[in-house]
Amino acid sequence: MSVSADSIPAAPSSRWSLSRLAHDHNVLGLLFLLPAAAFLLVFLTYPLGLGVWLGFTDTRIGRSGVFIGLENYQLLWEDHIFWLSVFNTILYTTVASALKFGLGLWLALLLNERLPFKAFFRAIVLLPWVVPTVLSAIAFWWIYDAQFSIISWALIEIGLIDSNINFLGDATNARASVIAANVWRGIPFVAISLLAGLQTIPPSLHEAATLDGASSWQRFRHITLPMLTPIIAVVMTFSVLFTFTDFQLIYVLTRGGPLNATHLMATLSFQRAIPGGQLGEGAAIAVAMIPFLLAAILFSYFGLQRRRWQQGGAD
Amino acid sequence: MSASTQTAPVREPLVGDEGGMGYLERLPRRLVTVYLPLLVFLFVLLFPFYWMAITSIKPNAQLTDYHNYSPFWVVDPTLDHIRYLLFETSYPGWLVNTMVVAVAATFVSLVTSVFAAYAIERLRFTGSRFVGLAIFLAYLVPPSILFIPLALMVFNFGIYDSKLALIFTYPTFLVPFCTWLLMGYFRSIPYELEECALIDGASRWQILVKVLLPLSVPGLISAGIFAFTLSWNEFIYALTFIASSENKTVPVGVLTELVRSDVYEWGSLMAGALIGSLPVVILYSFFVEHYVSSMTGAVKE
Repeated sequence: MSVSADSIPAAPSSRWSLSRLAHDHNVLGLLFLLPAAAFLLVFLTYPLGLGVWLGFTDTRIGRSGVFIGLENYQLLWEDHIFWLSVFNTILYTTVASALKFGLGLWLALLLNERLPFKAFFRAIVLLPWVVPTVLSAIAFWWIYDAQFSIISWALIEIGLIDSNINFLGDATNARASVIAANVWRGIPFVAISLLAGLQTIPPSLHEAATLDGASSWQRFRHITLPMLTPIIAVVMTFSVLFTFTDFQLIYVLTRGGPLNATHLMATLSFQRAIPGGQLGEGAAIAVAMIPFLLAAILFSYFGLQRRRWQQGGAD
Repeated sequence: MSASTQTAPVREPLVGDEGGMGYLERLPRRLVTVYLPLLVFLFVLLFPFYWMAITSIKPNAQLTDYHNYSPFWVVDPTLDHIRYLLFETSYPGWLVNTMVVAVAATFVSLVTSVFAAYAIERLRFTGSRFVGLAIFLAYLVPPSILFIPLALMVFNFGIYDSKLALIFTYPTFLVPFCTWLLMGYFRSIPYELEECALIDGASRWQILVKVLLPLSVPGLISAGIFAFTLSWNEFIYALTFIASSENKTVPVGVLTELVRSDVYEWGSLMAGALIGSLPVVILYSFFVEHYVSSMTGAVKE
């Protein structure tokens, strides 16, 4: 950066070169960027590297470890709980993201209709996303209570079931329950983002298609969906990313139970590292998430992005 | 009377400007395709909040007695749970902690982000595009893969179990977010305004403080509110880096201190969840538009 300042051939006085320095974009840019860059380097880039390094050591809480190569990963490779958590994470992410996308898009389309109190509805819909996840998860915990679940009670009253549903005690039920809670919290984000996308579609396109005799499904399939694809790509990339690395909901509702049926990689990593004290192994599990994350990002981003330039849109 | 009945059919097509030709649909059809699903959505999305609120004012006797009392209503509402929460637990302290941490982290993040966004978006130094991309990628790094190494660092820095640990670590996700958002906002402000100021002899600092920032107040509010909400809701760092009861934040405190293994105090738990949600909900209700724009703004870029 200082090179460009030095290379000014004849600086008659230091005062002049100083003012020259103050106008140099590189020097100024660096100066303005410094606080944020320093922060992110120390608290984001360095820990990222440290995490990868920890995965190769046997560090425990209170004891610095030594390099043990791939031993942590070998242990994990033979650890069926780890593989169960990988399976759970993929299942959780796939099902929850698909549901969030489907229901979110539906809600966005509903909110895009001509409605009274539209702004009010939109504001209310976003509430589950605003409230702290842990606190709404505690409410779900109570809703899923084995004995006093309001859902069980209501279904028994209607006559659909005979006995209480064991929401969080049974493996399949527990998986469905945490996915439902995650979807509940994720729908508003998808819906409101997609609604913003829907509002940028010019109504004249729909009017023209209607005049040409297109059905409402054809208008959705050939106008709404293609126009929305770029924003769907970004929204779903974020959604997949945050679902894959979810921790709070599981930690509150099941702590990974019953019999590790809902352990995600993030919760397993926490359990091994903090209560278990095995920082090295926990870090290795966290690092093992990175390839999946990259794959998910690349898949959902480029998979949908490709269709955009095929339609002749800007890159 | 007759005039209004005559003008109504004429005016109706004119307001059908969204969703193509939606006005062609008749009411019964709209009832099934629009209003009914919307009501179901609203019911499902809002029911947990209702359940939270009603549980927090139910006397203990009614909490689990579904035979004699309807679970959906409360007969003699009580403030016992809330009083217990506020006067017999550390809850007020957790509220203060969360507030202090969220405000400090938001402030630090906003200040650094304004400079970073200005540098990337307006100074256009060598490699600014690359830095912009790096900021975006930094936003995608999830806390669940950072908390273990960060826990070690926090411990080595000697700030373990203090608010500083959270104030220093929350900007890891706030700074990338705010910078990204402000970059988008700065881009929407005409560059000519700054050129004029430059020609008039203003320094970059003066331009930033006197020209750009006053114009970006809505963007700053959006970023600030959103950052505050993210900090308020943060859980995994607070759970890992804080050990003593008096330093906990609301989400961690409610979960780890109010939940005792033998008996669940559902009333006070729900009251804790409700009161802990109120600050962000109140903030949100005042700035809905900013909130929505910051959420969609981060996605649109």
